[in-house]
Amino acid sequence: MSTPTVSAHVTDHAAQAASDSLTVVARTEVAGGVVEYRLQHSDGGRLPDWAPGAHIDVILADGTTRQYSLCGDRWDAETYTIAVQREAEGRGGSISLHDQVFAGDEVGFGGPRNNFRLAPAEEYLFVAGGIGITPLLPMIRAAELVGAEWRLLYLGRTRPRMAYVDELAAYEGRVEVHCADERGRVDLDAWRPTDPRVRVYACGPERLMHAITEWGAVGGGWAPKVERFTASAAAAAPERPFEVVATRTGATVTVERGESIVAALRRVGIGVITSCSQGVCGTCETDVVEGEPDHRDALLDDDERAASRSLYPCVSRCRGERLALDL
Amino acid sequence: MSAITDTALPVSALDPFSDEFLADPLPFLEELRELGPVFRLEKYDVHGIARYAEVHRALTDWQSLQSGAGVGLSDFNKEKPWRPPSLLLEADPPRHDAPRAVLTRVLSPRRLRDLSAEWQADAVLLVEALLARGREFDAVTDLAEVFPLRVFPDAVGLGEEGREHLLPYGDYAFNAFGPQNARVTDAAAHIAPRLEWVARQCLRENLAETGFGAQIWEAADNGEITSAQAPLIVRSLLTAGVDTTVTGIASLLQALANNPESWRRLRDDRSLLPRAFEEAVRVDSPVQTFFRTTTTDTVIADVVVPAGRKVLMFLGGANHDPRRWENPAEFDLDRDPSGHVGFGMGIHQCVGQHVARAEALAVINALLDRVGSLEQTGPGRRHLNNTLRGWESIPVRVR
Repeated sequence: MSTPTVSAHVTDHAAQAASDSLTVVARTEVAGGVVEYRLQHSDGGRLPDWAPGAHIDVILADGTTRQYSLCGDRWDAETYTIAVQREAEGRGGSISLHDQVFAGDEVGFGGPRNNFRLAPAEEYLFVAGGIGITPLLPMIRAAELVGAEWRLLYLGRTRPRMAYVDELAAYEGRVEVHCADERGRVDLDAWRPTDPRVRVYACGPERLMHAITEWGAVGGGWAPKVERFTASAAAAAPERPFEVVATRTGATVTVERGESIVAALRRVGIGVITSCSQGVCGTCETDVVEGEPDHRDALLDDDERAASRSLYPCVSRCRGERLALDL
Repeated sequence: MSAITDTALPVSALDPFSDEFLADPLPFLEELRELGPVFRLEKYDVHGIARYAEVHRALTDWQSLQSGAGVGLSDFNKEKPWRPPSLLLEADPPRHDAPRAVLTRVLSPRRLRDLSAEWQADAVLLVEALLARGREFDAVTDLAEVFPLRVFPDAVGLGEEGREHLLPYGDYAFNAFGPQNARVTDAAAHIAPRLEWVARQCLRENLAETGFGAQIWEAADNGEITSAQAPLIVRSLLTAGVDTTVTGIASLLQALANNPESWRRLRDDRSLLPRAFEEAVRVDSPVQTFFRTTTTDTVIADVVVPAGRKVLMFLGGANHDPRRWENPAEFDLDRDPSGHVGFGMGIHQCVGQHVARAEALAVINALLDRVGSLEQTGPGRRHLNNTLRGWESIPVRVR
């Protein structure tokens, strides 16, 4: 007998500004140098839905933005889980998080977005390099649920620094953990599938991703899908008020911290139709006339974000002082 | 607060699929809303919810309330579906993920921009031809049914032959979510050739090289979905993309034909048009009901709904809930209809909603450009369907 799931609190979306910050409800060191954060809305409500392979933008108070794969349980609609590896050689995002963000603290977020979607297949080979295990965990669960065959090759330098190894041990016979300090270099090409039904999903450091990409279409089937650790295209703006001009009416309004563009426009009598209020449905799409949006939606791909011809004002903000919108 | 057990639930003897209910649902929906946040429908032995908060929650909470057991009365966990289940409407994550991602992209507002411009031009031709024939016409059979059938099958990439099957096929599919009443059984005798025609149109060789259908097949080429999934995803477009849009456009025309002041305001300010369409969808929600099935013992408003129960969501009830909407029965251009559940909400929200909006706006825009006033000249006739709240006829006059 399972425990009943308790009714989530329903907010009046139309009257509510989009909440774009999350609270750290738990912080756990899950391996040497790897910290897992569990994030929730302060009111404990549902977070935007996501699928395996998705990541969120995590935005620190100074505007530093980093992308982290969601690695938790999507059947828990109120919690996002990310795992952050301390990168001494990186650009400082992971160090800022590790040293400055603790339970009870708030971070901004955007997304979730997905450039690494799991396609249906009868059989999968997952290859993880180090913290690249994170997007693969929800994929493994999905493969289990649909009854697909799968194997995981999990590469790392040393076992104590590899996250979630113990959880993965439950999948008897499907998981190969290969630590360089125990077994030396892996013979990667021995893992290249020969059966065209097998689809390869890999995430990890550039050198490993390059090697997997070199495999090409395996067995005449599909090319491997890889996700590289890349620096995010652009940092978000620090959370500060900005001005929005509605060009058709000439009305101008200041969007305060923690307030959505939609909510600010409503204050001056400009109604923008919204539906989901989470940047996932596309109903409120608005053309940008001038200014640089800080996109927080789950819809635009990287090229569309770069072009910035339109934005979703239920969640997105502004990188500069002023946005002019076709309203 | 202790949860209410099943025995204490308010019970209703109403049949939401009866002619009487479908012909004029609003008073019955009020009765159901006021019974309580959760009630039982005796006739079908299902739970029901008709208030905004509960319906919104049920729509978004796919974890507790699944679609995979069917969104009609039939429980796919216990009965064989009448057709291979929809990969979108009748599926849950993770199986739902890939088909949904593909259709979301194919039908995104950004992809529809060029098409919208074509549809605007098409709507002008249609309206001009209609006005050339006279100043009195039927807003349903002469306009609301004609325009979607003119542009949508082309956009999908269907051949010219057999398009007359689309409306009756959709009508049947939406009836089939309800019980096996006369609306289903009477049509069943004639449905086989329509089903065969629809299935044939979904095959790659029968689709144009461009269009939504071709783009779905391209997604199979790219490995985003399997080639076995592609025809079923095309089928979803044909099932859900015609009758619904016809109904939405008819509802908007009916609302405007009875609100001359709104018509005048729209003529002067087209930026209100998107709001007018959403408000029409709220007031006269084309899709009135869908079921979910509880995956686990689920608490809805302090009521424990046991696992494996069908829950009937009254979208039309939620869109008229006075707890959420002031004067809900009023079509009001000064209202913000944001958050209405006429298109559903959450991961199963209508993936074609942007198509519906683009079509409706094209038609009404063309009419607003050429017509000073629009008025209804006689009683409209409802088209009864177990799921859709549609129109058979709305006689109008334009000046």
